[in-house]
Amino acid sequence: MKFKLNVWRQANEKSAGGFEKYDIDGITNDHSFLEMLDVLNEKLIVTGKEPVVFDHDCREGICGSCSLVVNGHVHGPQEAATTCQLHMRKFTDGEEITVEPWRAGAFPVIRDLAVDRSAFDRIIQAGGYVSVRTGAAPDANSILVGKDVADRAMDAAACIGCGACVAACPNASAMLFTAAKVRHLNLLPQGQPEKDKRTIRMVTQMDAEGFGACTNHLECEAACPKSISTDFIGELNRDLASAMLRARADRSFTGG
Amino acid sequence: MALQSHCPTGPIEQRWEKHRFNLKLVNPANKRKYEVIVVGSGLAGGAAAASLGELGYKVQCFCYQDSPRRAHSIAAQGGINSAKNYQNDGDSVYRLFYDTVKGGDYRARESNVYRLAEVSLNIIDQCAAQGVPFAREYGGLLDNRSFGGAQVSRTFYARGQTGQQLLLGAYSALERQVAAGTVSMHTRHEMLELIVVDGRARGIITRDLSTGKLETHLADAVVLASGGYGNVFFLSTNAMGCNVTATWRAHKKGAFFANPCFTQIHPTCIPVKGDYQSKLTLMSESLRNDGRVWVPMSAADCDKKPGEIAEADRDYFLERRYPAFGNLVPRDVASRAAKVVCDEGRGVGPGGLGVYLDFRDSIARLGKPKIAERYGNLFDMYHHITDENPYEVPMRIYPAVHYTMGGLWVDYNLMSNVPGLFVLGEANFSDHGANRLGASALMQGLADGYFVIPYTLGDYLAQMTPTSTAKDVTKDHVEVKAAKKAVAERLKTLLEIKGKRTVDSFHRELGKLMWDNCGMARSETGLKGVLEKLPALREEFWKNVCIPGSGEAMNQELEKAGRVADFLELGELMCRDALDRNESCGGHFREESATPEGEAKRDDEQYCYVAAWEYGGEKKAPTLHKEPLEFEHVRLSQRSYK
Repeated sequence: MKFKLNVWRQANEKSAGGFEKYDIDGITNDHSFLEMLDVLNEKLIVTGKEPVVFDHDCREGICGSCSLVVNGHVHGPQEAATTCQLHMRKFTDGEEITVEPWRAGAFPVIRDLAVDRSAFDRIIQAGGYVSVRTGAAPDANSILVGKDVADRAMDAAACIGCGACVAACPNASAMLFTAAKVRHLNLLPQGQPEKDKRTIRMVTQMDAEGFGACTNHLECEAACPKSISTDFIGELNRDLASAMLRARADRSFTGG
Repeated sequence: MALQSHCPTGPIEQRWEKHRFNLKLVNPANKRKYEVIVVGSGLAGGAAAASLGELGYKVQCFCYQDSPRRAHSIAAQGGINSAKNYQNDGDSVYRLFYDTVKGGDYRARESNVYRLAEVSLNIIDQCAAQGVPFAREYGGLLDNRSFGGAQVSRTFYARGQTGQQLLLGAYSALERQVAAGTVSMHTRHEMLELIVVDGRARGIITRDLSTGKLETHLADAVVLASGGYGNVFFLSTNAMGCNVTATWRAHKKGAFFANPCFTQIHPTCIPVKGDYQSKLTLMSESLRNDGRVWVPMSAADCDKKPGEIAEADRDYFLERRYPAFGNLVPRDVASRAAKVVCDEGRGVGPGGLGVYLDFRDSIARLGKPKIAERYGNLFDMYHHITDENPYEVPMRIYPAVHYTMGGLWVDYNLMSNVPGLFVLGEANFSDHGANRLGASALMQGLADGYFVIPYTLGDYLAQMTPTSTAKDVTKDHVEVKAAKKAVAERLKTLLEIKGKRTVDSFHRELGKLMWDNCGMARSETGLKGVLEKLPALREEFWKNVCIPGSGEAMNQELEKAGRVADFLELGELMCRDALDRNESCGGHFREESATPEGEAKRDDEQYCYVAAWEYGGEKKAPTLHKEPLEFEHVRLSQRSYK
């Protein structure tokens, strides 16, 4: 198969950036999208040009590194899959394909298609944990968790932190990510003691990072490679509202 | 130099406890004066950095990924072993210890393995308390499954994403310490050199992968938890960035590399499709619980559709050869059996390099919904990649490089022979011998990070004056400056070659040489041949590799080139080790050492030792040091899964 590629090239965060056109040939149905870019890069390198920079690592849809917008679709046209799980059989021979990075103010471009998603780490630092000392845990079976609750927590915990939800949202909101992270722990008995603090602090940090507000477009769920449900956003809002009410009585909740 | 393992003596059940009591402690008020570097943020590194930070040490943690949560531990699917015996099916710490020593084909230290089995209990407690959403039974208790070669159900799991969930647990503990100010996290940083001063590890040189800036980081101890080196084969189930650079740099600075030829070839991976392929995808071993492995009886049937091959014409070769364990034989045995039938011309799919993993009978017995509940995400993954629906046609699988048991040599304290250099997880050699059992890698990573290094590191530090007080090593120290200069010069040399071949083309060529000669089967002729070819390939690399761009910006080709340069050297050591070990054990199968039935034949008379290699210098042969292995509890016997 042959394709005409429009690829976003940007030397660094400060430079303007723009699309470059490339023709590519000799691609098969079984090439993954990233393998197609590998072929392009090999071609660029031997002609002395700089290859296209993009983030990728596990190439099996779990590490959350890859982050491309393909023909306007976050992670490409395939549902419930990361870019690395996308195969060229989803495209038609001769098609024009546009490749862009995640677009969000809170995810500045580092180079070409690679962006800085460290804002997500800082949201976790704000409260995305259970404060348990190494070695201080009780026997695992002393904490009972009903299967329905455990399964639901697992649904939230399946988030791979890729940032597709932000890239897909017209407001560049990180509500689906934050909701998944908050609700995973808030659902479980282990997460109860810090529930209110966690909720308020993580949402506060999310806002401080410059992510937009959620206005219920639900594009995030559609783009999510792990099909995380926007129901978690509703649950986060409920957790937040009740936490804020309780926090009025105790200012220490917000971190003082 | 005689290798001192520092293993405690006495009853094996009491060794770790006794050893812990004998370890020196650092006064709580003094801990913050000690600086510790942790390279890698996977299960071993992330757990270590979090636990050491929590204890009060000043920790700096480095990873090449853009977030510590992306370390390759994340990709482990199946589960984590623990001798909890929650199923009341006869498991115990001793049984897990026994299974691991035997499964590793008697090439691991008993003391280390016993400790691993012992702390496996704490790991599950720790992870459950962190909120890891393990699978549960309806009553709220933890669920277990049996996994790869074990006859008890001791594997804890979180759907098909156990690695991700355990890593997110360690990551959350790590970020908690980042917030507390005890750990500084350096993402998109790669360690390119170890700093050794007066024989002690005192820091590292890193490159900021976003800006290209070289940085010097000094510390009182360096902990490497940088994973395995399976990508020496180019195609493996490892992530694209997995590399040997951190451990190889340490090796060239004096750390011994132990059992480098011990690599694990995982039996259930999606077969290779074409030359462009960049990596191989593992299908969790748990699939073998319900899937049956077969090929046609006759090579003439290989091109038929699987559904057209009658039951009587199918060879369920694992069930036939190993009736006691059937499809659940350990990984090395299953992989070799698949190779044998493919070598006989009975393989299926393109190139005849594949065998069927068939769920027809399980779907008939349990129903499709039950199979979907157990393996749904794996079936979907297979469907995405191959465009074939495994509910309707059997999966095709073939062995692929998955894990490396070899690594830097460490003593019982997980310290290498370079004082102050500790090595954890897959990066060390210590616990799995010549073959790792399924669901044991996650266990070892977390055991080392949460429950071993917090004790043993303190013992080392307690005997040292902190650098922050002594000020004996600064960034102006001659050794420190020399290390940084060496890194800068190496990068400059690479960038100035401006040759004609891409880094990947060299990597592919190396990978093929390694897979063909140092893969599932190794022979003297093959190994000697490849040992002649590798120096020439390395020489060509340094003359003809092409790396566009500069070192002062993000440059992924430069990153890859540094890693491949190290793989080219490591490959040679692996082949040398494989040649030297003229026995078959675990994942290391020497064609010259097989039983009449074609099973691996160990030679305990001559090879019951750890092979620890000392770097010899440019174009000089490495020196072999042997650490004899003694088995007091698990009797040496030929493994049999028949």
